[in-house]
Amino acid sequence: MLSILLIFAAALFFSGIIVRTKSVCAGRRGPGIFQPLKDVVRLFRKGTVYSTSSTVIFRVAPLVYMASVLMAVACIPFGSRPGLISFEGDFVFFAYVLSLGKFFCIIAALDTASSFEGMGASRESFYSMLAEPAFFLIMGSLALITGNTSFSGIFASLQTYGSFFGFGAALVMAVLLLLVSMIENSRLPIDDPKTHLELTMIHEVMILDNSGFDLGLILSTGYLKFAMYGAVIANLFLCGSTACSVGIFALVQVLCAVAIGLTESFMARFRMNHNPEFIFSLSAAAFIILFTIVNL
Amino acid sequence: MTNLFYTAPDALSLWFMAIIVIVFTAGAFYGADYLKAYRSHKRELRLHVLNYAAVFASMLALPMISNAVAFLVAWEIMALGSFFLIIFESWKPETIKAGINFFIQSHISVVLLTIGFLMMYDKTGSFDFAAIKACSTANPGTCGWPFALICAGFAVKAGFVPFHTWLPVAHPAAPAHISGVMSGVIIKIGIYGIFRAITLFEINFATAGKIILAVAAVSGLYGVMMAIVQHNLKKLLAYHSIENIGIIGIGIGLGCMAKGMGLPTVASLAFAGALMHTLNHALFKSSLFFTAGNVYQAAHTLNVEQLGGLFRRLPLTGFYFLIAAVAICGLPPMNGFVSELLIYLGLFDSLGQMPALSQLGITASIVALVLIGGLAILCFTKAFGIVFLGESRSELPEMKEFGALRSVPLAVLAALMLSVGLCPGFYVGLINNILPELGCRSVALSGTVSTIGIASACLIAVVLLLALVRRLATRRKPVSEGETWGCGYTVPSSKLQYTATSFVKTYSQTFKGILKSGFIDKAAASYIRFTERFAFLQNGRLQSYILYGIVFIVVTILLTMALC
Repeated sequence: MLSILLIFAAALFFSGIIVRTKSVCAGRRGPGIFQPLKDVVRLFRKGTVYSTSSTVIFRVAPLVYMASVLMAVACIPFGSRPGLISFEGDFVFFAYVLSLGKFFCIIAALDTASSFEGMGASRESFYSMLAEPAFFLIMGSLALITGNTSFSGIFASLQTYGSFFGFGAALVMAVLLLLVSMIENSRLPIDDPKTHLELTMIHEVMILDNSGFDLGLILSTGYLKFAMYGAVIANLFLCGSTACSVGIFALVQVLCAVAIGLTESFMARFRMNHNPEFIFSLSAAAFIILFTIVNL
Repeated sequence: MTNLFYTAPDALSLWFMAIIVIVFTAGAFYGADYLKAYRSHKRELRLHVLNYAAVFASMLALPMISNAVAFLVAWEIMALGSFFLIIFESWKPETIKAGINFFIQSHISVVLLTIGFLMMYDKTGSFDFAAIKACSTANPGTCGWPFALICAGFAVKAGFVPFHTWLPVAHPAAPAHISGVMSGVIIKIGIYGIFRAITLFEINFATAGKIILAVAAVSGLYGVMMAIVQHNLKKLLAYHSIENIGIIGIGIGLGCMAKGMGLPTVASLAFAGALMHTLNHALFKSSLFFTAGNVYQAAHTLNVEQLGGLFRRLPLTGFYFLIAAVAICGLPPMNGFVSELLIYLGLFDSLGQMPALSQLGITASIVALVLIGGLAILCFTKAFGIVFLGESRSELPEMKEFGALRSVPLAVLAALMLSVGLCPGFYVGLINNILPELGCRSVALSGTVSTIGIASACLIAVVLLLALVRRLATRRKPVSEGETWGCGYTVPSSKLQYTATSFVKTYSQTFKGILKSGFIDKAAASYIRFTERFAFLQNGRLQSYILYGIVFIVVTILLTMALC
């Protein structure tokens, strides 16, 4: 339960911190830290326009997307405290339930009969498919270190601070997970959420036709997804008493948000045809970690 | 007189018989309505119905038979019957061509099986399965080759790469209910055979498992990678059968490896996953083929590039297709997730307990399974999105939703799929009866299995809850309809939509090296070039043929004399 509350709390700030980081780096005053939330609240109050081409799929998809992320959040433990849903292999459920949300987003984009949204759907399905092995290989190496196959078992018996090697491995995995989360959340260097040309978007172009409550739901799901991946990363480093753990959790979430903000300030988006190479290299790195652990 | 049948079919037989009954019954009802379109072809219809019954009967007999000769006879009835079922539309030349392809390949399977059983007869002097078991238990490790041949024979029927080439040809040619039954259960009888061979033979399972695992992982990846670029809906589904047979094979291969290396928990997880996926694939693949049949009879084409927007015209068909598509991608809350999770658990469990080189193989299998899942999503978002959503891409005829004879079997299949997803405990309990027959303990995962069911139910509940919240929150808000946002372009047309080709363009460009490699075709072409050198033998002169016959008989007699 604690992890769910903390993830919700982190979701309130995460996007705001990214936005603040970017405006500080650019030397602008920029919007306040709660601006993304205000945007969502404004959308929740608005009416909705549906495309005449769309069917019931288009109306159900935002609900399934939100539900999938909520279920995934429920899987995440807080240190040794298991999440609401905890069983052997729950990280497989975590990944697959997120895929369910993606599945519905993709078909909803195709439902609008728009060529731009079809393009976004095509890219999203392809890139997220490529990113998945990296996540599974990281979880596989964690399972191998700890001899457990559930989130809570893994994070309860993980000894990050036992040795330099343990800490180093955790750091590398944290970086990889952060990169995976940036792909899954459609951020730089894969996708630029602030681009103004539909041809260069991935996620943003898929939701062009969503409006009102549905759009608010999709945006808030995105914030939640950030905090969720931040929580997985934070779990690598939790230790000590509950208060200490909460402190580490908050610190890791802020660091992740700042890291994303800095990346977006100082990097340009990759060319589309370079994205697969980048994503493959993540899986390759995860493979190397796994093999280092196997051969220890 | 030896007993041809098991006096009491064991749990393994019963599991497969249950699958056969479910799919054949659903297929019979669906087919009764589907064949109404062919009312004028009385002669073909009579033959078709007769063969459907014959194939059903022989399929039901196969798991009960405990004698190699009787098994081969029933197998042959099934193979011949399915051949006639496939060539129902015999007035089309391409159907005959596909049928003959199937005919030849299924007899390659018969040849391999016959040789395998004869080798065992040579050792035991009996065709009885019990004798095979007794012999191979008494001399473990000596029956490797018969086991390999028998498994290869079954692999042809199951459609493992490189024996898969008949699937993408036969499925599009057959009527929809036959494709559904063929992909749902006829290829599964090959899986049954492999499982039966595992119970009978005592061999070096570690090595056998590694080979099966490698073949299966390649089949799975190859199947789905080829499926994505198909534009014929039924051909796409046929390639997906290869993929799913690959997933089942990953379970069987891992189970054999674990059995050989003495890892009972891994073995039971892997075998349970494979058995569960056999049921799951039978359910969702037959639904997919049935709905594809609806699409074909309503739109008169299976080319996805000409379809689109069918969801509004055939809402039930679209709904059942969507359910089966979510299931085949292995996504919760449907059934595919349960079996894939069992196999994943087996793979992750084995990772820490195997020697280093095997770990490489296991890791590769995990990556393969993950990629298969991701690629399946790419493929089925394409299939569902392009066929059922958006606007139609060509002038489609008037269509209306089909009657109860079609929707009831589909509803039953969908309910079964959901029941596996929501109460996996019941089905795992059934499989636990089979595992001792394969030499494993039962799966000790009651906690995990029930939690999966609860989690899946919660997922559905959360979606419904969110729908309620949205309804309450937007009760007084204006809801309007308008044209899709064209990014400033004001005369949109359905021609501007993303097509199936463009949807998978990034994918097909990235993997063009593999897709265009001619994985099997090159080998087949060079084999044909080789055999063409012997074309002079087929000269059409009767005298030469009689000469060949005499030479064959003389050589056989001389060889027998020399050997004895």
